[in-house]
Amino acid sequence: MQADDFANPGMLWVARGEKLWSAPAGRSGQSCASCHQSAPTSMKGIAVRYPRIDAAGSKVVNLEGRINRCRSERQQADPLRYESEELLALTAYVAHQSRGQPLQPAANEEQAALQRGHEIFHRRQGQMNLACTHCHVQNAGRRLLADTISEGHGNAYPVYRLEWQAVGSLQRRLRACYFGVRAEQPAFGADELLDLELYLARRGAGLKVETPGVRR
Amino acid sequence: MLSRVQVPAKAQRGEIVQIRIAIQHPMETGYRPDHFGRRIPKNVINTLTCRYNGVEVFRAEMGSGIAANPLLQFPVRVQDSGEFVFEWRDDSGERGETRAAIIASAD
Repeated sequence: MQADDFANPGMLWVARGEKLWSAPAGRSGQSCASCHQSAPTSMKGIAVRYPRIDAAGSKVVNLEGRINRCRSERQQADPLRYESEELLALTAYVAHQSRGQPLQPAANEEQAALQRGHEIFHRRQGQMNLACTHCHVQNAGRRLLADTISEGHGNAYPVYRLEWQAVGSLQRRLRACYFGVRAEQPAFGADELLDLELYLARRGAGLKVETPGVRR
Repeated sequence: MLSRVQVPAKAQRGEIVQIRIAIQHPMETGYRPDHFGRRIPKNVINTLTCRYNGVEVFRAEMGSGIAANPLLQFPVRVQDSGEFVFEWRDDSGERGETRAAIIASAD
């Protein structure tokens, strides 16, 4: 399903992203294409370096955050709501341009954020008192009821998830795991999720981008 | 409604080709409750037709059993160059339409 670009339902979101790419937005009346021209050339290999620390060196920015920053600073438009169809479509479209390229988090990433992500990944939490590592490292490949436990990589996101019947972001998937271990879910775009995304990208360095992936 | 169509650009006359269409649609079953316990009204693409140079070559009537973002595939024998016109409508009354051209060669 994922290998066949036409049968892959995630490609519908990519197609929507392609339309949005050249649609003017905000008070500037500019579209993404006004600055970045053709996405297949200008956005090739961009997604493999996200999430990353912003230029100011303080905050972790993922691809969704980078698109919204471009919207508010360059297009002078309202940022898109997390998990909105438009933001998912644009993110999927931009990430799709890097398909087949290995994840390469930039080397100068702030160690503090990476360390925080590492701690979250190994921290027990929730009523189940489980850390990410207990399922996705120690028991990866084994079964949780009928499902094979994944190794917890984010290289195919945003993915079309059959359970959702729609495309969703990595943060939506992470929040689902928080729910699964009965922990308090951080809000979309929270620092904790961004740190975790950064750690996952580093942990999965070398894996090829598959966006839009199809997952159960 | 957003859709993608796959029709070969060229085919030989008499050849059987596969036509595919994918439509972005929630295909709401009518059985799911929302967060307040109210039933979400059924909203599925109930009818889809495909006409090839004005002649109907495919028709689908769908219900609650079809998953979201349906993908439909059917074979068609190519006769003449022309156009495939897909039309569909859902329970909310929304309509969609898309077209794709094909060129038939003699040999």
